[in-house]
Amino acid sequence: MVVEQKAVSVDELLFASPRKQVFITGSEAVAEAVKRANVEMAIAYPITPQSESMHLVGDLFAKGYLRDYYRGENEFAVMAAVHGASLGGGRVFTATSGPGTLRAMEMFPVWAGSRQPIVCAFMCRGVSLPPSIQPENIEMGMLLDTGMIMLHAENAQDFFDMILKGYAVAEQPEVHLPLGVFVDGFFVTHTRDLVMLPPEDLKLAPYDPTCSPVPAFDMETPPIRIVRDPLLNKSNFISYAANASWHQEVLAAAERARKHLNRYLGGLLEVEYPDASLFIIASGTAVSQGREALKALRAEGFEVGLIKIKSIRPFPTAELIAATEKAELLVVPEFNAGGWLAREIKAAIDNNSRVCASPRVFGGMTMPVELIVSEVKKAMLAKGLLKSV
Amino acid sequence: MSTRIITPVAEFADLLPQDYRELVANGPFFARRGLKDLGTFKEIIEEHPHCAGCGVALGVRLVAASLPAPADTIIIGTPGCSFFGLAQTAVNYSNTAFGNQNAVASGLKRMLSLRYPDRHKDVVVLVGDGGIADIGLDMTLHSWFRREKIVTIMVDNEVYGNTGGQESGMTKEGQVLNMAPGGKKFPKIPVFEIAKVSGCAYAAKVTVASPRMIEKAVNRAVLVARQVGPTYLQIYTPCPTNLKFSPDQTVRVAAEAEKGYYAVEEFITDEAARCLQQLTTES
Repeated sequence: MVVEQKAVSVDELLFASPRKQVFITGSEAVAEAVKRANVEMAIAYPITPQSESMHLVGDLFAKGYLRDYYRGENEFAVMAAVHGASLGGGRVFTATSGPGTLRAMEMFPVWAGSRQPIVCAFMCRGVSLPPSIQPENIEMGMLLDTGMIMLHAENAQDFFDMILKGYAVAEQPEVHLPLGVFVDGFFVTHTRDLVMLPPEDLKLAPYDPTCSPVPAFDMETPPIRIVRDPLLNKSNFISYAANASWHQEVLAAAERARKHLNRYLGGLLEVEYPDASLFIIASGTAVSQGREALKALRAEGFEVGLIKIKSIRPFPTAELIAATEKAELLVVPEFNAGGWLAREIKAAIDNNSRVCASPRVFGGMTMPVELIVSEVKKAMLAKGLLKSV
Repeated sequence: MSTRIITPVAEFADLLPQDYRELVANGPFFARRGLKDLGTFKEIIEEHPHCAGCGVALGVRLVAASLPAPADTIIIGTPGCSFFGLAQTAVNYSNTAFGNQNAVASGLKRMLSLRYPDRHKDVVVLVGDGGIADIGLDMTLHSWFRREKIVTIMVDNEVYGNTGGQESGMTKEGQVLNMAPGGKKFPKIPVFEIAKVSGCAYAAKVTVASPRMIEKAVNRAVLVARQVGPTYLQIYTPCPTNLKFSPDQTVRVAAEAEKGYYAVEEFITDEAARCLQQLTTES
């Protein structure tokens, strides 16, 4: 049966309420977040490793926590349908993985361009390059310029918190953008972890469509002859300028999200051992592995620090420059073959020959601590920071 | 939408564009207007950049003027020629990615039903043949299979007009067009027949040569979609630019087609017929 829930502010739900520890999977953490998110409608399409979380969201609908839920016909259709539902002025949720993300690709810039605060979870996996269902986050590198806010969760606790905090950030009137919460599939979705949860009898206050920078599609605001979506197909300077300025405003809205991300996430990145001269920089589960490697390296006497990047879009450029100002070497382990995070870091900082874009694992391979340790030492050797391994 | 929402306060009325004031004073939002009133009221679609003699422009105009409740109608479009006039519609109009219109409409209709459980918010898909029969066929059919309470209207010009006159699935067999240099190799996709077996409670096939039939079909499609389930309307809207006939011959071309392969057809389920009968009795 549905638990009677009181609608409260995000601050009361996530910061003021007492939390209780549970031992749950990442997929269950998604459902616990959606249960407290006051979501009106969710739409699902199955794909591994996302499916279990959307089954659980379906169970929440059956119990009465959501007002509507259905299985769509493919990911492009699902992302289009949540777009329509969001245009209608309500809070929505969906999730997908790897090939589903690529199948739905066309809709992500549409969400951003239409300024819809859709929150979507991405349980990242390999795409057909060659085919793989295993953990890998190459799809994040393909979404960097869709206009979406992108958060990368390290573990089930992050996943839970970032979904709820995601609604709080995405629905700010000055932001009002789609927000993706990404995890490395399986590693987070299919393993159990200790998660601190606020009471289940509390939920987020409902979405208020009148606090949107664009009117809801409900014919309850005066309709005038404008296009709600950015101008298309008009070959004149005014329409180019209108399109460009609308696009600039989408980018500016993401910039305005920074202060809200700082407030809710406690910063776009986190630094451990800020005085270190060598950093492991990572996002997602590579952070967990990096942290273990850091322990091993520090036990050997190496002054290594760790930078966990939580927000990929907007990217913590200024914070990263400040945190790495005195560092001599930056090692970036990643769960993908492309090395998109290392590229982002190289583009953000001065003297980017300090960046070692390694190790990279993919295709389902794990990232043993020993691999990171050995890559760090190899990089130190190459830099002359170490005489022999 | 109520009159209170659209009517400006007297102090600010003269600051609003003349177009807006005319819509308030003489638009179709609160006084019931129909095709017989065309030329006497401010239409929700007026100026448009379509080609001279465009059948799609005529079809879109006739549909817009036939809507039973424009004050509570949301139109979902898709890229293509239909977009040009519709982009300037004085109702909420959304045009996102090519072919996804029935998926967008499904989500929108469901959300509006949650937010306005005691009112009718009519969600009308109004797009071309490429959007429905080719790139968006899966989403069109799945919205019907799911019995979404939306209206789907195809303005069928039998060609991809906006991209420069390519063959579409609705092009007639044998027709030579771009991307069909040897003529189209297969017949028109039977979307009307598919609609009948895919969950539509009402379907009609008409041409722009029969405006009154369009008005009747639009009304039936909207009323049935409110209460029973999905409805489909297919309107032949000939394209003089790409099918190479004189722009003043559009209605004649449509009328010729209506005598042959594009004959008027109507399909209605028993449940939808009872629904319309009841509405007639009540009014």
